[in-house]
Amino acid sequence: MGEFEVHRVRFFGLVPAGVRCLACQPRGGRLALARTDGAVEVYNFAANYFQEKVIPGHEARSVEALCWTVGDRLFGAGLGGEIMEYDLARLCVARTVDGCGGPIWSMAANSSGTQLAIGCEDGSVKLFQVVPGGIQFERNLDRRKGRILCLSWHPSDTHIAAGSIDILRVFDVCSGQTVQRIMVNYHVHKVKRECIVWSIAFLSSGTVVTSDSFGRVQFWDWERGTLLESHTVSTSAVLSLSVSEKEDSIVVGTSTGATYQFQLLPVKMGSLEKRWVRTKPFQHHTHDVRAVAHSSTALISGGLDAQLVIRPLMEKMQKKGYDAVLRKFTFPHRRLVSCARKARLLLFQFSQHLELWRLGSTDETGKDGEVLPLRRMPEHLVQLKSKGPEHIYCSCVSPCGSWVAYSTASRFHLYRVQYEGDGVSVKKVPRVPKLLLPAYQLQFSADSGSLFVASARGSVHVLQLLEPGGCKHLHTLRPPSGCPEAVYLLAVSTDGHWLAAVGGDWAIHIYNLKCFKHHCAVPTYSCAVTALAIHPVTNNLVIAYSDQQLFEFSIPEKQYTTWSRMVQNCGLHKVWLERDSPITHITFNPKNPSHILLHDIYMFCVLDKSLPLPDNSALLMNQSTLKQLPETARQRQLHAFKICKKFQPLLFADLLDENCLVMVERPIMDFKTQLPLPVQQKKFGT
Amino acid sequence: VSDQKPLGCWSVKHGQIITCPVVCNFETHEYIAVHDDKVLRIWKNKDINLDKVFKATLSADVYRIHSLPNGGPVVLFKGGGVRTLDVLLEAPQQEIENIISDEVIKWSEAFMEGQQPVLIFATEKDGDFFVYVQKLKMNSLHKYKLEQQELSKPLSFTAYIKNQIITLLCLCSNDSVYKVLIPLQQNSEEEEQTLSKSLLLKLSVSGSVLKGTSFVVLDRDHIAVLGSLAAPGEDSKECLTIWNTKFQTLQTSKELPLGTSGQLWCYEEKFFFTHGKVLTVIMYKCETSSLAAAVGKLKDSQTPDVSSFVNWNTLGDEELVVSFQSQQSVALKSESKMTLRSKRNTVAKVQPDTLSVGQLLLNLKDASTTVFEDELRQLISKAQMPDFQATIGCVITALINRCKTNPKYYPRNFLLHIVQTRDLSYSLCPDLMAVALEKKDVHLLQICLQRFPDIPEEITYACLKVFLSISESYLQRIDVNLESVICYIDIEFNNKEVKTEIVENGFNAELEQDIWDTKITKETHVTADGEFCPVGPQKAALLNAVLHSAYSETFLLPHLKNLPAQQAVLFLRYLYYLYVKCSEKINTTLPGIRSPTISQIMDWMCLLLDAHFTVMVMLPEAKELLSNLHKFVRAQVRFYSELNKIEGSLRELQRLNHQKDSQTYSIEVLELI
Repeated sequence: MGEFEVHRVRFFGLVPAGVRCLACQPRGGRLALARTDGAVEVYNFAANYFQEKVIPGHEARSVEALCWTVGDRLFGAGLGGEIMEYDLARLCVARTVDGCGGPIWSMAANSSGTQLAIGCEDGSVKLFQVVPGGIQFERNLDRRKGRILCLSWHPSDTHIAAGSIDILRVFDVCSGQTVQRIMVNYHVHKVKRECIVWSIAFLSSGTVVTSDSFGRVQFWDWERGTLLESHTVSTSAVLSLSVSEKEDSIVVGTSTGATYQFQLLPVKMGSLEKRWVRTKPFQHHTHDVRAVAHSSTALISGGLDAQLVIRPLMEKMQKKGYDAVLRKFTFPHRRLVSCARKARLLLFQFSQHLELWRLGSTDETGKDGEVLPLRRMPEHLVQLKSKGPEHIYCSCVSPCGSWVAYSTASRFHLYRVQYEGDGVSVKKVPRVPKLLLPAYQLQFSADSGSLFVASARGSVHVLQLLEPGGCKHLHTLRPPSGCPEAVYLLAVSTDGHWLAAVGGDWAIHIYNLKCFKHHCAVPTYSCAVTALAIHPVTNNLVIAYSDQQLFEFSIPEKQYTTWSRMVQNCGLHKVWLERDSPITHITFNPKNPSHILLHDIYMFCVLDKSLPLPDNSALLMNQSTLKQLPETARQRQLHAFKICKKFQPLLFADLLDENCLVMVERPIMDFKTQLPLPVQQKKFGT
Repeated sequence: VSDQKPLGCWSVKHGQIITCPVVCNFETHEYIAVHDDKVLRIWKNKDINLDKVFKATLSADVYRIHSLPNGGPVVLFKGGGVRTLDVLLEAPQQEIENIISDEVIKWSEAFMEGQQPVLIFATEKDGDFFVYVQKLKMNSLHKYKLEQQELSKPLSFTAYIKNQIITLLCLCSNDSVYKVLIPLQQNSEEEEQTLSKSLLLKLSVSGSVLKGTSFVVLDRDHIAVLGSLAAPGEDSKECLTIWNTKFQTLQTSKELPLGTSGQLWCYEEKFFFTHGKVLTVIMYKCETSSLAAAVGKLKDSQTPDVSSFVNWNTLGDEELVVSFQSQQSVALKSESKMTLRSKRNTVAKVQPDTLSVGQLLLNLKDASTTVFEDELRQLISKAQMPDFQATIGCVITALINRCKTNPKYYPRNFLLHIVQTRDLSYSLCPDLMAVALEKKDVHLLQICLQRFPDIPEEITYACLKVFLSISESYLQRIDVNLESVICYIDIEFNNKEVKTEIVENGFNAELEQDIWDTKITKETHVTADGEFCPVGPQKAALLNAVLHSAYSETFLLPHLKNLPAQQAVLFLRYLYYLYVKCSEKINTTLPGIRSPTISQIMDWMCLLLDAHFTVMVMLPEAKELLSNLHKFVRAQVRFYSELNKIEGSLRELQRLNHQKDSQTYSIEVLELI
């Protein structure tokens, strides 16, 4: 098919933030995750664990706990001392309420999701009522000295167990009194160290489960205040603990990166007496496992190594499928890199700054696998630092390289970049139009004449860029029927005629840019869109969904193309459908209209529509086999998917020109070395 | 128990004494206590004052109340009478018979066998112990007398019931646990039977003895003993120990420095005992007893340090004894006795035992063989006395001396037993191997070679020579430890080979050189390609023992030169066979226990060639062997040099690969087809 000159880029120094806490939606299919930088993400189990929503972090807003409450509302609380409610449609903090007890270390919702309890630095446990439009302070429980590090409601909502340093207490919710206090380090006489109760769970049987800094998981009878069972699982702290809904299984995470499962099993076959037994150890993390969650079918853990690991419980699996495989997510499911094709620039998005790089070049050509000598090295042109505590939502560089735009939660910035010889000058465009912020996605038109800003409620703003450095609001596009969710993906046609926009409700709307009118909507498909792009020649919209399906929709004809129907009839290859990371970017080769270029974290693929689709008996990744075959024999083996797995983990891939590709990799080891050493960290008074 | 909070507390009035353990009636959830021997109290959890609860005064003294899960409480009186609580409460003042007259109950226990409660109790009278088994429903009582043991008496009992048999274990004052089986199905012979005891376990490990105070049975193979562990020369420490009775090992132990009350209870896989002032609960788990577990868990105690036992003073005594035995004069003897006594003055306080050993050996010098052996056996079985090692040395020396004086006398099995079970060394009994060589006791020699760390090269060579010269057919009949060869030698083939030879020869050949010659020439056909073992498995095992022994080249070489050429060729053939076998495996090690390592094989091969090179070159039958050996070694050298080359290339590739990966930017060519 052809040879490519690949610019293999490994200088994107992205360090994903560690996972701080996890919360499974009760009886729901979503997982909320908070990172150490304050970012909150929502994963959708039904959409193949797609990272559906991302609320970028904030310097002053740590999140120590997340809770789902009634009406699928998501609350977070952190060391800032505030309780935040997140707006999952607009992807921002909807409102905050001061907890009035200093930093908040823990928060727990009752079983019905109508009340929230928070544990504060000053030792108080406060109850809040979840009311429409916010939360309302209800009462304080009996206050004692010592920060409350963890909380758990009894499933009947009558009692709350709270873990502190050296002690755990049980409160009666009605009276607010402490009804039991248990010293957890009572029989460790020799050790004068404090014992921190890191995590707690209240079972309906009246058993309180604690995990502590001595590496123990202990089971207490709260009424008698006696220790029922104690399991030492680690030499260092057990940081997190989560109980399954049936209360027959517990997962714990330790500061050595190991997670363990405990199961309530009969002592003997058929015996009624049951005991907690440590059954399965897992070592998926290299750093502290600060958060664990127990869904009905999987153990979920998140570590300071930024990994989210979903380990399915095989005994709960009925059939082999997507859910039955171990999943590990380290990188976001959206792209943080944009590319100026013509100018050969790359823009990297970090949490609080942007980096603009110029790619190097070579004069040589070579054979497959050869590394070519460089004529010019890549060059770091500009670093743009975002002011203020807010993290960046999205960014983009224009195809000509002379415009850079980014948005935070409350501000939108547009820069004019000029290149004079070796020098670069960056000028901020003054008086940008007031828009409904934040922007969720930015996209320049192919001629760099206009900028599309994805915004809340399904709207897209169109800005006209003016020389030498100005801009003007032209129009706002809105779906005719309205949409409460924000737009998170945009695609614009090369001829500047069409714009496709995807909102949080997964509906794809296509607008005509010549007359700023809604053209049509793509038939709804019940899965999240992970990437889309419009073909430069045919104006066909190619859509990738999180269930790994691919669709091609003809915009002029307002219907799926014949090729797309053929794909749906034949079905995609089994191996393709079983991949575990979503397609994050789609692009085309204008010289080869039948080619679609797509990639996920682990592979880069050129999809040649002119070739037959592989059936399940064929080898999907057949490149290395083909290379060994003589030219004549190859023809019979060719199929549409040309997959290259050489570049991993692949954060971004794009076509610079006809046979020149850029691949941005971020080797795991490169960022692992930048993480703190995986030892138990002293955070406070330990 | 971390939080020791009493959940309930009741007390009797001042002046009253609770005289037996309080039990709980599982059916009614009532507690039953006895105070002042005769007064029964029954109450429930919610009662607060013990004075106001149900009271019944009985007509006889109560020894204990046993509460059974499905059978209701059973009351045992001091006179041996037994009543269920229900019967007793109907008429508290009823007459209670006295069964045991003036015996005193020491221990009792109750079981449910099917639907009927069974009570067993042990009594003592003037040092005699009796066991009574009472079946309540059938109203039958059996009395047994416990077999007497000299110098030891039962301290503590425990019992369990299984398959209609009561197994009674008793911990005796000689630090042993004995097992007594009492069948429950008993023909009603009223006469008193004597129960015989069998030793279950000796509570001693590597010199330290556990003075048990109480013990419980955990499962088929495990018992737990609470007591104080006393090692010689050390303070005794109280500890809880778990013993494996199947392998007679100490499975685990836990020191209890704060002291205990000496009582141990066990309930639902948890131990309960007092430790200092707190009640301690320890969970335990008995894994199925396996040899690996027994050995793996107790490596240190399995290999006791030999040197720590040697006491030079006692060795001096031994020499003395030896010198006495060579003396004939009575006068001299008495004189030496005096020196002995003077020695005793200096050492006696520390080791009174060993001197008596010397004495004993002296006394036994003229005793008859059977008496002599019995006495020695007893001496050895006395175990774990201080300087036991030295005593063993004395015993062996005595035995060997007897062998020397009486050529017909050779206690083969006894010697074997001592060598196998004790940690000896060549220097402790230098004449042992010499005598064994003389008697051609190859099994003993094999064991010695395996176990002695300090055999002189001269003796090693002598062993080798004997092993090589002994005929296969003779070895066939001898018990040799084959564990070192069993895994790689083709025994079937060898057996066949040897058998046909016996048939051919028609008689039992023993040490006849000409037969040897025919055999070797016969075998050369088969072994020419190094595929089959040139010696039988017994001989191979013996030779492996030689290969395994320690030696120094300089001292061995001169002796090795004396090896007859035919034997040298045979030995080389065997070494070549081993070498080929080794090379077959990727890790160049032979399977099995105590099989020779490749370096041992190579070293011996070089040594043998060094010693006999000129002879070998001249010998026609060695020619083919040498050329095969040469070919094989050359092929190996080539193979390894190729491997080295590959390793170098791989390393270079790895380096290149690594270099490429560390770059942050490159332009590469990618071809997609």
